[in-house]
Amino acid sequence: MSDPQVAAPQEEREAVVTRIAVDRSAEWVVTIYWASALFWLCFATLAGLISSIKLHSPDFLGGVEWLTFGRVRPVHWDSAVYGFAGTAASGTLLWLQARLCQTKLPFPNLLIAGGVVYNLGVLLGVIGVLRGQSTGVEALEMPLYAVPLLVIPYVFIVIANFRMFFTRRSTHTYVSQWYLMAVTIWFPILILAAEACTNLGAVDGVSQAIANWWYGHNVVGLFATPTGIAAAYYLIPKVIGKPVHSYHLSLLGFWSNAIFYNWAGTHHLTGGPLPAWTITVGVVGSMMMFIPVVTIGINHHMTMLGSFHLLKTSPTLRFAVMGSMVYTLASFQGSLESLRSHQEITHFTHYTIGHVHFGMYGFFAPLMFAMMYYAMPRLTGNEWSSARLIRIHFWCTFFGMLLYTTAMCWAGIQQGRMMNDPKIPFLEIVAFTKPYLWLRTLAGLILVSGTIAFLINFVRIVSFHKIRFATPTLFNTDRDWNELMRKEKELS
Amino acid sequence: MRKNILLALGIFTTIALSLSGLIIVPNWQFQGLKPIVKADGSQYPVPLTGDAAAGRKVYIDQGCIYCHTQQIRMKGYGADIRRNWGTRRSVPRDYIYEKPHQLGTMRTGPDLASIGSRQPSIDWQALHLYDPQITSPGSVMPAFPYLFETAQGGPPPPNSIAVPPGKAKAGVTYIVPTARGRQLIAYLISLNKTFPLPEAKQ
Repeated sequence: MSDPQVAAPQEEREAVVTRIAVDRSAEWVVTIYWASALFWLCFATLAGLISSIKLHSPDFLGGVEWLTFGRVRPVHWDSAVYGFAGTAASGTLLWLQARLCQTKLPFPNLLIAGGVVYNLGVLLGVIGVLRGQSTGVEALEMPLYAVPLLVIPYVFIVIANFRMFFTRRSTHTYVSQWYLMAVTIWFPILILAAEACTNLGAVDGVSQAIANWWYGHNVVGLFATPTGIAAAYYLIPKVIGKPVHSYHLSLLGFWSNAIFYNWAGTHHLTGGPLPAWTITVGVVGSMMMFIPVVTIGINHHMTMLGSFHLLKTSPTLRFAVMGSMVYTLASFQGSLESLRSHQEITHFTHYTIGHVHFGMYGFFAPLMFAMMYYAMPRLTGNEWSSARLIRIHFWCTFFGMLLYTTAMCWAGIQQGRMMNDPKIPFLEIVAFTKPYLWLRTLAGLILVSGTIAFLINFVRIVSFHKIRFATPTLFNTDRDWNELMRKEKELS
Repeated sequence: MRKNILLALGIFTTIALSLSGLIIVPNWQFQGLKPIVKADGSQYPVPLTGDAAAGRKVYIDQGCIYCHTQQIRMKGYGADIRRNWGTRRSVPRDYIYEKPHQLGTMRTGPDLASIGSRQPSIDWQALHLYDPQITSPGSVMPAFPYLFETAQGGPPPPNSIAVPPGKAKAGVTYIVPTARGRQLIAYLISLNKTFPLPEAKQ
């Protein structure tokens, strides 16, 4: 009997050994970051659900000050962005960079300690907001005392990332690595500059509003988006076993994204008390975003072309392709949304809420899920326990988002048109939106069901160490949990 | 190595440029803005003081910004002025004393830039905050009962506001704003951006 691993050429064997060493070095760090991400996803979803119910049934948990809408709603954002997105992206960044650099993750203990501090920071921040200590700046609500607890652990991640990148063993740079480098350079500057300009008062009056939305837009564009794109660039070619469609397009996509996204934020202030040029810059930046979006889209979708049949079997690919397709759609929507004629109707309405969720839960979150589905088996040496739970997770994410986005965007357009007609009394508009707000709560419940399915699978893969499966869990893998539990008992 | 450093520098440059262009430049443009001296010698705008200043903090901690804007769009762009939310478009000078800004991005409820001129009545504001259904049936605004003390029957307590008969819930006949309730009402009534500034003709 010849062992295929022994028979493999020397070079290939070394690559396998390196991969395993990299995964071992990252196992605990990345698992802790992603477990935190799941915790915050549940927390944020709960806060979102409470806010959603309160908007059609204001008496729900009424009269309780720390649960009033104006506090639970920012807690929803803070726990989704700093809690879920922050930890999911950090885990992705560390593992992906280590893998692509073919180096072990440096100082894992420090990174674990950082993760614990970071989580405490987010917790302290959301408790502060629930207690009424919000700074009053949208997207930067967390009280100032929580901010260092978020920034200092992130500095560890930045140092780890730089160290891996500059001492890497791989000879070339892969496109995902540019994006990961960009995230680590952008995010600390972004949050420190924004806190300085708003909560520390470095600038005054309406300039503060610009700083606020420069941040609010860029935290999505320069933090969540590049991480998501990096994940898509890694996962799609990896799973289907084909190289990225075009190197030159990825270069154009990266730099045009870096240059134009930065300037788009002021479209959040269209019609506001600002000189027209600041808004125009935002609109131009948003329209120019078609360049990176189209090039990145071509690169992802053309790579996929001819491999769509693999969506039937690969959970990683299914989430990654959903994410990359929604990236194209949500970006088109966002660019068009910045136009003044569009904003006249949809600014200040539920349309914006629909768009934000479409991007965050339709593009970013599925790509993070795809990363976890791909990497967790490699990190833990174990396989996902149930294909059915993955299926439930996928379809709940898909249909939950579809319902959420269509209901909110449609309601927003109608709401905006009604608001622009002064003959329609305001309370009539409120009454019009209520059924759609109920639909949103329903969409939220669908998303919760998917999250619970994922949670069960996640808890099992990290806690269930005795059984090693010979094959990966694909959608057509039949795996019986009760059977496995029996085996586990027999072994112990 | 040189390629790596170029990459990092390029990434840094993109954010440094937008930070300068979008925040530092407009801040230069506006930081010299001064209040206007009116014909009677008073100024517009003036910094908030006393209850109204304290009330702004209550407005922030209750998160009013998540449903209410404080900015009026110009005539012909939306229906802000025709809805009587303001008399002219808002301009940078209106906000020189506002820290942090509360422009807002959502109108689940109406704009509040000049709510003080639209609803100057303390009683209306109090009843509306205590239970929005009293003044605006069908509203989805949360009630803020914890900003009020209540009395059921008996003689009216000092500084109390009577709940209209038929609208009372749980037998509450009078409400008295707590200190924070009083401050929030004072802030709302202070909101008034109707003074015609020369740079805001519409």
